[in-house]
Parts: sequence; C-alpha cells; structure tokens
Amino acid sequence: MAAPLTLLLILAVTIRAALYRSSLADLIAERVEVVSPLTAWKRVVEGLALLDLGVSPYAGDVFHETPLIIYLFHFLVDYAEITFMLADVITAVALYLAVKDYNKQVFRKQKYALEAERYPLDCLELIRSPKEMYYIPLKVAMFYLLNPFTILSCVAKSTCGLNNAVIALFILTTIKGNVLLSAIFLSLATYQSIYPLTLCAPALLYLTQRQYIPVNFRRFSFWWFVAQYAFMYLGSLFVMICLSFFLLGSWDYLPSVYGFILSVPDLTPNIGLFWYFFAEMFEHFRLFFLCVFQINIFFYTIPLSIKLKEHPVFLIFMQLAVISIFKSYPTVGDIALYLAFLPVWSHLHRFLRNIFLVSCVLLACSALFPVLWHLWIYAGSANSNFYYAITLLFNVAQILLVSDYFYAFLRREHHLSYGLYLKRKDGSEATLVLK
Amino acid sequence: MAAHRCSRSALLLILCGLTLFTAADSQETTVNGGHHASAVKNPQTSTETADQTTEQPAVEERRWEATEVEEATPDDAAADKQDSPVPETVVLTSVPQPKDDFQEELVIRPLHSGDIYASFQFRTVWETDFTRGNKVSHYRLFPKSLGQVISKFSVRELHISFTQGYWRTMQWGQPFQPAPPGAELWVWFQDSVTDVDSTWKELTNVLSGIFCASLNFIDSTNTVQPSASFKPLGIGNVTDHRFLRYATLPREIVCTENLTPWKKLLPCGSKAGLAVLLKSEKLFHSSFHSQAVHIRPMCQDWECKTTSWELRQTLNVVFDLHTSAQGKREWSLFKMFSRTLTEACPLASSSKIYIDITDNPEGEQFEVSPATPLLSQASVLGDRRTFSVYDLTQQITFGTVRSLNLLIRWKSSEGDMLRPLLHGERYVAGYGLQTGEIHTLMYNYHPYRSFPVLLLDSVPWYLRLYIHTLTVTSKGKDNKPSYIHYQPSKDRVRPHLLEMLVQLPPNSVTEVTVQFERALLKWTEYTPDPNHGFYVGSSVISSLVPSIVAMDTNSTRERPLFSSFFPCKEESSYFVRVYTEPLLVNLPTPDFSMPYNVICLTCTVVAVGYGSLYNLLTRSFQIEEPNPGLAKRIANVIRKMRGVPPL
Repeated sequence: MAAPLTLLLILAVTIRAALYRSSLADLIAERVEVVSPLTAWKRVVEGLALLDLGVSPYAGDVFHETPLIIYLFHFLVDYAEITFMLADVITAVALYLAVKDYNKQVFRKQKYALEAERYPLDCLELIRSPKEMYYIPLKVAMFYLLNPFTILSCVAKSTCGLNNAVIALFILTTIKGNVLLSAIFLSLATYQSIYPLTLCAPALLYLTQRQYIPVNFRRFSFWWFVAQYAFMYLGSLFVMICLSFFLLGSWDYLPSVYGFILSVPDLTPNIGLFWYFFAEMFEHFRLFFLCVFQINIFFYTIPLSIKLKEHPVFLIFMQLAVISIFKSYPTVGDIALYLAFLPVWSHLHRFLRNIFLVSCVLLACSALFPVLWHLWIYAGSANSNFYYAITLLFNVAQILLVSDYFYAFLRREHHLSYGLYLKRKDGSEATLVLK
Repeated sequence: MAAHRCSRSALLLILCGLTLFTAADSQETTVNGGHHASAVKNPQTSTETADQTTEQPAVEERRWEATEVEEATPDDAAADKQDSPVPETVVLTSVPQPKDDFQEELVIRPLHSGDIYASFQFRTVWETDFTRGNKVSHYRLFPKSLGQVISKFSVRELHISFTQGYWRTMQWGQPFQPAPPGAELWVWFQDSVTDVDSTWKELTNVLSGIFCASLNFIDSTNTVQPSASFKPLGIGNVTDHRFLRYATLPREIVCTENLTPWKKLLPCGSKAGLAVLLKSEKLFHSSFHSQAVHIRPMCQDWECKTTSWELRQTLNVVFDLHTSAQGKREWSLFKMFSRTLTEACPLASSSKIYIDITDNPEGEQFEVSPATPLLSQASVLGDRRTFSVYDLTQQITFGTVRSLNLLIRWKSSEGDMLRPLLHGERYVAGYGLQTGEIHTLMYNYHPYRSFPVLLLDSVPWYLRLYIHTLTVTSKGKDNKPSYIHYQPSKDRVRPHLLEMLVQLPPNSVTEVTVQFERALLKWTEYTPDPNHGFYVGSSVISSLVPSIVAMDTNSTRERPLFSSFFPCKEESSYFVRVYTEPLLVNLPTPDFSMPYNVICLTCTVVAVGYGSLYNLLTRSFQIEEPNPGLAKRIANVIRKMRGVPPL
C-alpha cells in the first residue's frame, strides 16, 4: 500500500514542480479564484517587505496573515515552493492515514452489527466489502493531490494549503484518538481562520465515542471530558495568541486578521457569496446582513451534530463543506479539502439523486470563471454580473452536492435499520419520502 | 495715514523729475555700466525725462486729486477717520499703528512656445502676532477672514493652491510657484495644537467656505503627513511632521467662483492696481491657471528680532496667444486681459511690472512697447534673468494716454529655452482592471552633477500598492534609495504615503515603478460617472538643484517678489519643486442598477442552502402513503360530520 502512495506523492510533486518552473505560475498566482486577500502569497511577501522596512505588517490593509505565518516565512521565504508542496503532501498523507483508520473502524462496527444481526436481511447489498474499501485511502490522497484545485492553490502558493494541512492533521489526530494533539491542531486551525471552530463538535463526538463516554448531558463523565477538551483547546489557543503578541509586540493583528475575516472590508471578487452582496448592499443594512451571513456558518453546527451524532466523520465532512461554501473569502483550495472526502462516501453513490447534473455544473463553472473574468476585467465586454452569476451557480452546485450526500447518507442509514426494499401495508412497493 | 503717504510719494516724484538720470538708477537698477543694454537705454531715458519734467506740475495735481477721491471712499476707513476730528480718532491714533505693507507685482515672460506666462504676486506683510493671547481685531491691509483663521486654528504656515491645467515644464521652463492640477493644501500647525486631526478637519471646512472650493472633501483618506518633502518656508525650524498636514484634490475644477473670493482678499480688491486685469472670462480661457495663497511668518530684519506675517497671493496664468491671435505673433495687456492699467493700487508701497527680456538682449526676438528705461536683474531658479521694469507708482509709466497697454511683437520665432535641470513624469502601465504599475520618471538634465531628490507619492487606498515591487533604476542599473518612508494605507481610512530620497546621476532618467492592485469598492463609494476613472494626485519631487549662478541668500534684502518665494540657504543651489501629472485610473465597477437583484439572488442561494439542510435535518424518511382523491376526502369530511366511519 505504501508503494502506490509514494508513486502518487512523486507524481504530485513533479506536477507542482513543473508548474512552478513554467510561466503559468505567475498567471495562477493572480487568479482571484485561487488566492483571496487572506491567503495570497503576494501579500505574505508584502508583509515581509514591510517588516524589513521597519513598518508593522498590520499597519496597512494588505497583510492579513497571522503572526505565526509571517514568522514561519521569515525563515522559509526562500523555500516557499518546497514548503507548500510539503504542506500538500502532509495533508494527503494525513488524510490517507486518517481514512485508513476510519475505514477499519467502520468495518469493525459493521462486523459487530452483522454478528449481532442488527441489519435487515435485504440490506446485504449495502454492506461494504473490504475489497472496495481497500483503495479508498489511496483514492482520498489522490483526490486531494491530483485535484486541479489543489494543484492551482499550491502553485499559487496560497496559504490555504497550510490551513488545509493543519485541518488534515487535526482530523488524523482526532481519528487516532489523541485528545491533546487534536485540541492543539484544532486551535491552530481556529487561530488561522476562525471558522474551523465549528469542528469542535465532531471532534468531541468522535473522541467521546472512541472512549466509550455516552453523550449524555446528565452524566458527569461527559462534562468532565468536554471540560478537559475545552481546557486543552482554549489553553493552546491562548498560548498561540500570546505568542503572536510577543512576536510582534502589539495586538494589531487581532483586528487585522479576525476583524478582516468577520467584517469583510475587502470586496475583491472571489468564488464566494460575500463580495458582490456587500458591494451592492445598502449601507444601513450592512451590519445586519453581515451578522446573518456570518452566523449562517456557525448555525448548522448544533443541528448537524444532533442529527449525525453517531457519525462524527461525516459531520466533519459536512462542516468543512459548509465552511468552504459560506466563508467570507473562500478559494478553490478550501473546496479541494472537502472534495477529498468524496471517495470515503463512495458507497452512497446509489442514493445520490443529481450527482451528474451537479458535477457538470461544477465543471462548467470552473471553466467559466476565467472566461467571464477575462470578459469583465480585461476585454470590458461583460460586466460584474456575469462573474457574479457564475459564483452563484457554483455555490448552488456545491450546496446541492453537499445536501445530496447528506440525503444519501441519511437514506442509507434509514435503509440499514428498516430494510432496503420497503413495502407498503398492502404489500406494493413503497417509495421513501422525507416528512 | 494715506494722505501722508501720498504727499510723500508726490514729493518723491518731484525729486524724481529734478534729478534726471540718478532717480531711475537709485530706485531700481543694478544695470551694469559698460553693458550693451545701456546703449539702448540712454537715448530713451533722455527723452523720457524730458517728458517728465514738462509734465511735472500736472502730474502733481492729478495725484492729489486722485488721493482725495481715494480718501472719500469707504475702503480706507482708518484714513478717513484720521482726517475728521471725531473723538474716536484720538483713541485710534493712540493705538500703535500696525506696521503693514502691501506690494504688488506682475511678471510677464514670453515663452518659446509662443505662449505668454503672466505671474501676479500680491504680498501683504504685517508685523503682528496672531498667536498671542490677545485677539487681533484691527485689520487694515491683511484680510480679516484669513487672520481669524490663523489665530483660531493656530496655523503656523498655510499654503493653498487651485490649479486648472498642467504646467508643461519641458515647454515652459520652471514656474515661479509650482502647483499641482486641482487643489492642494498644506498646513503647518503651531506645536500648541493638541488634536491636529480635528483642527485640520475644521480648518479645511472653513477654507472651503472662504474659497468656495470643495476643500471639505479633504478627510483622512486623502491627507498625509510627509516626513521630509514639505518643510516650513517661513521662519522656525520645528520639523516635527506631526504638525504638518498635506492633501490634494486632483479632481477639483477651478473656476470663477474660486477667483472671486481670492480677489476679495486683496486690499484694493479688483478695483485698482494690477488686480483690475484679473477678469475671469479671460483668465480661464487659458492653457494654465493657478491661483494660490501662502501665509507664513517671516523675519523682518537680518537678526530676526521681529517677526511678521506674510500673506502672498499669487496667480499664474499661461495664455496660448499663438493660436488665438490669428497667426499674428503679438500680444498686449488688452489682448490678454481685455483691460489696460491706469493706476497702481493706492495702498501698495510698490507696484511693478517685470518683463523677462533675458533672451532678447538686442531686441532681435521681440519688441516691447512702450519701452522702459528701468532694467533689473535677479537670480531666479538658478539663472540670472534680466527684466524690464515698469513702476506703476510713477505716473510717467502711464504716459500721455494715462493708461499702460504693454505690447510685445515677435520678430523671430527662433531661440531655445534653457532646459530645466529637473523634470518629472508619471503614467500608469498595464492593462485590465485587476492590477497595474505606476511609473514615475525623474530626469536630471545637468550635464555633470548628480543631486538628490525627494519623491513624495500619496496614493489612495483603493489602489493597493505592493511596496515589495518597488524598483528604482537609473541608467539601467538599480539605484537604491537612501531613505524610504512608507506608510501603508488603511481601507477607507488613510492613503498610502511613499517618500524616498533618490540620487539622480548626471544626465539621466531615473524610473521608479511600483505595482498596485485595484480594489472593488462598495457601490456607494464610487464617484458620479465611475467609468471616467479615479484621480490620483501628482507626485511631488522636491530638490535642491545645483545652480549655475550664485543665488541670493539674504532673505531680508529687498528683492522682486517672484525671486523670494522659496528661501535660499546656500548660494550654490536653489530649491525646486516639480509636480508630475495626476493619474486617472479606472477601477472595476459593480452594476449600479442591481442592488435589489443582488440582494435577492444571493439571499436565495443562502436560502437554498439553508432550506435543503433544514429539510434533511428536521424531517425523517417515511413510506409514502397514497394520497386519497379529492372526492373521497370531501366525502370523508361529510361522513365525519354525520358521525359515520370514513371510507
């Protein structure tokens, strides 16, 4: 199993190295779909240049990375390409290992359930075989490393790749059951871009499940565990924030990084929903809609956790998707991370309703982004509405994709407990509906 | 007061007439004895003086008449009161009279392009102290509106200019007072001001009212604090730039409504003196128009024991007469301003017209009439220039027709201009609305000397500069600036400020490039007609340029006004400020007709996300039961009412 992974890594690194050497690298680094004001490499370099000039990088409104990133690249700026390739490799390997471990657990659970004869008899079709599960980790790594979105993001040196690596490590440590490392990586991810805060819920669910602590609000053991995790999480977050303070000697970075993420002052076009909406917003409604849009991301955490409390890994997938769709400065790198999980849910394919349509729309939109951008910005023959329309369509497609997987997952679970071929009372074949 | 002065000047006139040649020389000239100019001068002077002696009694009479009329006008209330024996006058006279002085001056320089450069300067100097606790309430020559501004806002130095058109340095040479297109305002505050920003805000609003200009659009997004480029021009060596504010409004349109309040600040208004020439219908029909007000404290004497406030009002205009004169290359005061001069401003201690005849020593290029015996030399902008002088305080200048209509007739169009040593240009490179690059070119035309220049760039926040892309090259080599002061912008709060000290090698072009990214703004932040583009103010290049001739460093000596604006610290160099072109940059625009649609559509997408997740979260899978038909349902309702079990 190690050999194909190694081959895959070599292939991925070769592709990236070749693209770094080509003239495309500069072009890609300017693409608004690939880099956002938060993650652009150009802005990291600018921050370093400002630091060299003796100006605080946060004195201006160009640099919005966290202080740890600036200190990382203070030493690694000459090895940036290697760093970003390494980040991608780490993400892929972490996801590979995490999914491998997760599949083992799924298989074990399935075996217990089969032995306990919990599944209805006609559900044998839905039972997953080790053979089909064998290649899933490799497919996950491949989906991440060879995804054009990831490649573009890496070639553009978008720091999104680093955030993805941190989140992947968080997933790995969580699935491995390491509470401390999970809390540390989660706080690092939160420190980088706030939104991974919502991954707290699946991590807690998963770790309690793993340690056989029932999720029961009246039980002391549950609260004790939550307190432990929260302590580790908040403690490491506190350490990171203080460390940033001592590195730069000022709190300027807080409004410049987190204020920037939350208040969306930069309306540079991207693939998300925020830019055009807030460019066209009436000034007196701005704050209201800003709150609505930001709460929207955090809003789904609790209901999703309740619904998916038995399946925290699927919950992680859902949360990552929601974040990457509704975050304020999304890039294709964020999408690549949750797309990497799709092979894990390959057993849901028979229940997907409109995967063909959605994938066509996603592909068409990805092709249309640069075309309409060119027409608007360079040719002047289109206006901003064209690009905006594509972002809308792209996001609708993403929403449909995610909700389709969610639907398929819930339906499979329903079939696993009620049987695959359901009959009505009068014995005719029944159709399942949501009610 | 005025009566005294007039009698004195009349006496002087008589003296003038009596002492034939000597009068002219002692008054004005530094003409070299054995110079070729004297050959031209001598015959003319003799004829003039002959006229003068014959006219003498008549002149005297006229002057007296004129002053009496002047006294009767309410313009000069103080003088009026002094003459009438009213009790208040005693009080007034017991108060020490403010020592103030008003001078006016017009410099005309024929340019080689065939254009005419006319530069008006009006200077009021007042020995008073606005900053002291007691209020200055008695104003004579100094405009009260500006005096109140100085004392209320604790202004130490104020420089404001309104300019329409761009000064073409390479065709016209250096101007006497450089100014960027649009409005420019820079103010040094006293170090007693605690909240400089709010004082600045109030000051701009007040000035906006005084000058009928859009100076109230000056806010934190276009105000900078240059660290080195704008030093105080008056006395005082406080260089803490916390008290300095600099702002430009490159989009400002200058027109009549700005000229009228500017003229009202003059002691004589536009009623008498050189200001009668300032007619807006002619002034704004020109290639370049720039009016300015400079207020600064200055030394009265060599030891600087007493300080006084100087108000300098300048107006520079370039007429494109070559095209408007139907092929004839000649111009006159009447042609330019549609007025002729009949008198000096009675309140002015000196009132002169200078015509630059440096390039015309033999009269082979153009011919000036009426000819004048007075010549003057001055070191200005690193060059020794010769001027014909017309002294308007002397009746003789106006001749028998009692009006002065200067006329210049070109004889040949050859000759070349002394090329300015320092020149700047700027443009935006790149295509598309995403990124771009600002190129600033600085030319040093000095054949063998290199000199340092200070470049100041203030770029609005919506062009996000990337300072790591800054390159400075001259002669194909990297030219590292020895000093860089960079203040990055804050969105919607403050602009970028980039200042650097660059050494310009001799006879070279130095190119400064920096890349920027264009921001998409909120739809309410765009100016009307957003596709016209956004203006970026001129870069300012300030430098001490090596001078060919020795500059006059004595600031207290009596000199023509045009040569005494920038103080000169050393003889070997002179100060020059060059403004580059303002930039017009296009930004990407949203569709302004779409706010409702965008809000609806985006909210719909969010609602699709919310709806589909809500659906899956709150509902559960159930087997679909066949829907009973409508008839059956109605029947069941009826059966239920009847109390019969349903079908």
